[in-house]
Amino acid sequence: MQSGDAMTVKQIFNEMSYGPAPESAAEAMDWITTHAPFGHWINGQFTAPGDVFDSKNPANGKVLAQVTQGSAADVDSAVKAARRAQPKWAKLPGHKRAQYLYALARLVQKHSRLLAVTETLDNGKPIREARDIDIPLVARHFYYHAGLAQLLASEQPDMQPLGVCGAVIPWNFPLLMLAWKVAPALAAGNTVVLKPAEYTPLTALLFAHISREAGLPRGVLNVVTGDGATGAALVDHPDVNKIAFTGSTEVGRKIRQATAGSGKALTLELGGKSPYIVFDDADLDSAVEGLVDAIWFNGGQVCCAGSRLLVQEGVADRFHAKLRARMDGLRIGDPMDKCIDVGAIVDPVQRAQIAAMVEASDGDKYQVPCPDGCFYPPTLITGLGSASPLMQEEIFGPVLVSMTFRTPVEAVELANNSRYGLAASVWTENVNLALDLAPKVKAGVVWINGSNMFDAAAGFGGLRESGFGREGGWEGLLAYLRPKGDAKPLKPVARAAEPANAEVSEFDRTAKLHIGGKQARTDGGYSQAVWSPRGKLLGHVGLGNRKDIRNAVEAAQSAKVWGKTTAHLRAQILYYIAENLSARAEEFAGRLKDMTGKPGAAEVEASIARLFTYAAWADKFDGAVKSVPIRGVALAMNEPCGVIGAICPDEAPLLGLISLMAPAIAMGNTCVLVPSQAYPLAATDLYQVLDTSDLPGGVVNIVTGAHGDLAKPLASHMDVDAVWCFGAANLSAVVEREAAGNLKRTWVNHGRVTDWDHAEGRAFLRAATEVKTIWVPYGE
Amino acid sequence: MHSERTATPTTAQTGAANTLPQLTHARNEGMPLDLDWVASVQANTSAIERRAATLPGRRTVKKDYQAAWLCKAISCIDLTTLSGDDTAGRVQRLCAKARHPVRADLLAALGMEGLTVGAVCVYHDMVETAVRALEGSNIPVAAVSTGFPAGLSPLHLRLAEIGESVAAGAREIDIVISRRHVLTQNWQALYDEMRAMREACGEAHVKAILATGELGTLRNVARASLICMMAGADFIKTSTGKEPVNATLPVTLTMIRAIRDYQDRTGIKVGYKPAGGISKAKDALVYLAMMRDELGLPWVQPDLFRFGASSLLGDIERQLEHHVTGAYSAANRHAIG
Repeated sequence: MQSGDAMTVKQIFNEMSYGPAPESAAEAMDWITTHAPFGHWINGQFTAPGDVFDSKNPANGKVLAQVTQGSAADVDSAVKAARRAQPKWAKLPGHKRAQYLYALARLVQKHSRLLAVTETLDNGKPIREARDIDIPLVARHFYYHAGLAQLLASEQPDMQPLGVCGAVIPWNFPLLMLAWKVAPALAAGNTVVLKPAEYTPLTALLFAHISREAGLPRGVLNVVTGDGATGAALVDHPDVNKIAFTGSTEVGRKIRQATAGSGKALTLELGGKSPYIVFDDADLDSAVEGLVDAIWFNGGQVCCAGSRLLVQEGVADRFHAKLRARMDGLRIGDPMDKCIDVGAIVDPVQRAQIAAMVEASDGDKYQVPCPDGCFYPPTLITGLGSASPLMQEEIFGPVLVSMTFRTPVEAVELANNSRYGLAASVWTENVNLALDLAPKVKAGVVWINGSNMFDAAAGFGGLRESGFGREGGWEGLLAYLRPKGDAKPLKPVARAAEPANAEVSEFDRTAKLHIGGKQARTDGGYSQAVWSPRGKLLGHVGLGNRKDIRNAVEAAQSAKVWGKTTAHLRAQILYYIAENLSARAEEFAGRLKDMTGKPGAAEVEASIARLFTYAAWADKFDGAVKSVPIRGVALAMNEPCGVIGAICPDEAPLLGLISLMAPAIAMGNTCVLVPSQAYPLAATDLYQVLDTSDLPGGVVNIVTGAHGDLAKPLASHMDVDAVWCFGAANLSAVVEREAAGNLKRTWVNHGRVTDWDHAEGRAFLRAATEVKTIWVPYGE
Repeated sequence: MHSERTATPTTAQTGAANTLPQLTHARNEGMPLDLDWVASVQANTSAIERRAATLPGRRTVKKDYQAAWLCKAISCIDLTTLSGDDTAGRVQRLCAKARHPVRADLLAALGMEGLTVGAVCVYHDMVETAVRALEGSNIPVAAVSTGFPAGLSPLHLRLAEIGESVAAGAREIDIVISRRHVLTQNWQALYDEMRAMREACGEAHVKAILATGELGTLRNVARASLICMMAGADFIKTSTGKEPVNATLPVTLTMIRAIRDYQDRTGIKVGYKPAGGISKAKDALVYLAMMRDELGLPWVQPDLFRFGASSLLGDIERQLEHHVTGAYSAANRHAIG
């Protein structure tokens, strides 16, 4: 029965080798060749192919199909189709949209092997991963969002869809990232134009084709293929209401800049250099196995890959030895083989980049043998310090870098010594240590004794230069919704002009800046007179400059222990501020009347009520325990953003400032506030109220001055974690553009009026917090 | 430690018929009880279960490779009967099956003539019968001694039982540990008991049955594994087959990681035997893959790996006939044991 030079059963019996276990490509190739060359999927059908490019199988370099390079006109035609379809789609009852999403989930399951094989052919990931991880997660995402569509109207009655959503997705999880964008967008009543990655367009086209079997109305889902230029055309398209992007930090930054001031909603899932922390009391063998899933899953081409190993010094040598032994057992090769652990790198360009980064690195490199072609060997680099470039830079390949730490404090310090903040793993058998560390690590997702766990019910997303926004859960869905109603454009508010005949009171009152709990002179030494509409000199305010912003941010950073105080204490202080403001209500009302010429009593009363609102909320904006499919819990913890910079509105000089300050500090943030430019004295009067209310110095810092001068240094400051802008219309663009530097979260008015009398509640609390998902598997 | 994974196994050139028993590795003489080491042992149940759950999706063998691996599984089977109604006739039948586990025409088609199981495992009273029935085959007889399965008879009687089984010709003794020593963390008592049993075995190889289904936690499994190895066990074995839960993949992973650590520290290779609950050919392949990947090639040979199983062989026979003929098989086409 043996033929040629194949091994006999007896030989295999003696050697116990694995042998080939190929998955068949026949059905997938059949689908591809039937439909190639591919056009786009617009308005429920394939368009005729245009200028085409090759989509290749990275494992063997062979061309799989030709795919159309999307032009600006193609994008426009897709956006138009999506726009036409959107109102009707949004008007469908949630139950009807739920049915469509349910049908898509079922279709993903019914065509699961076709999708998995096509994914592996196009991307090079092992068929096991496509089959056992990607595709089941895709189906799960559509099931979960069918549920959200069903419940949306009753659970979020005041929200409406954004409109047309543009999705630009990466090549590492082509279909899963499609699901992460398309499912919530459709559930919320939006329509979608999706631009898959240039390297991996096929499963998006296949999914679109399959969507016909769900009866999905024409134009609800459109797919335009192409390279970065196609993506840019989508990002720049004026009739797109939201861009959801997953990809590199570099491109994410460009998208942030490109969309600044456009009014487009934006969520970004970007790069990472996620720490994988191993304590000496961990189950080291399990931690080694966890690393296989952390850094060799999808060849390390994973944004949340546990790529930065931090191991406690006393066990480091033993751990590295175990890890090297485990690496020797990894099987690298043909991703279509069912017995392969690490497949191909997506493209030779990526492979060359990984190789160059490793080549240039210091440290001791350990690599295991790997086939020729577009493969890169699993690599461990030990003996690095935090100053080594590869401890900081994302490699996006199967390369693990390692260094040691001594204490839990040092572990946190090293973990957070990064521009990124996507995910983290913590390995210890000590529940006290694990649950102490999880909140301290700067990351959107923390896995205790695990790695790379995902579920549609649990929010996923990052901080810092890993982007902003969450995908999954209600928190993810909210990124595809906006409040009902359309706000009017904001009218400019001009300060009272200098009168011809000045009326000057006998006492000079000079308001300085409020920084670190003290009154501080401006750095520049310039002041501005504040006049009443009737020509009375009300006082002077300092004209803050960029250095004052710097000092205020420094003070806010130093006061960050505020975030670790109890919510009960923060509530008490907010009540106390309200009490002290109430005691001086008349004076503040008079001040508002002097500045604006309108009665101020109601605004003061509303401000006091608002302080009460957030004192109430301080200990009630609860997190959640997510129903994820593991034995364990996924905690969604609402954590403070950190330092929030806010440009406060002119139209409600006291209430507007309080409406921003109160939720920020209630949630444990510290803040730098730039008060109304036209009517700044209500804010400067507030210094004394804050000082007498036990608010620790530095929690609230106030820098007066010209919004136009202060917006840029505040929004571009690398140590500010979020920036809000409710100032003049033209500032939104400045703030969004400048925020691109460290990719901080922004919340701006886009030049629209805010109804400050009613501007309170969950939207403000959500803006003041980051959802951190902490996965805690358990069981003894 | 991992160099063995790629090394040619020492048994590669030997034929199936004369591979048993393998004595190619130094026996485990044990070491002084090291309680610090025991205390440092950790086992994270969730992570271990995840590894165990994903392994079948990560490893597979097809066609000739599958046939060869299934033959390997047969060579590692301790063909077992441990029933109150065992008789000489029943044991003789089992021994005949041990000599000829697969139909001759199938073995011929596979080029695997002479394949036998790893051992025959019986109660003490059946040892002599089995030894006679297996004469000339080189298939060893294993006896479950020490008050199997509960191990709660007086220690001196349990030790005496070992001696009698060895005297009756058993070359392998499967002992049961006192679960109470584990559950009360009385590691010294567990160590002393195991030591005494090892002494009583003399030249016979000793397999320590942990009865993992009664130890409560994987951490206890890991610690008990380590103590038994320190006290000189040649094999560690999951179960008597009589506990409510017998061999599982998570328990296996926990025990073989302990074997790996023991080898890293002492250089000594200890064998592993999962017992009970493994009845499908597919399961056997997963166990072999786990042994191969976690411990390396020496542990997919009968001298360091055994399946304690009675019905597994039947399923493997059907799979092998399917491999040879291309048609799915039926139980009545294969001789029962």
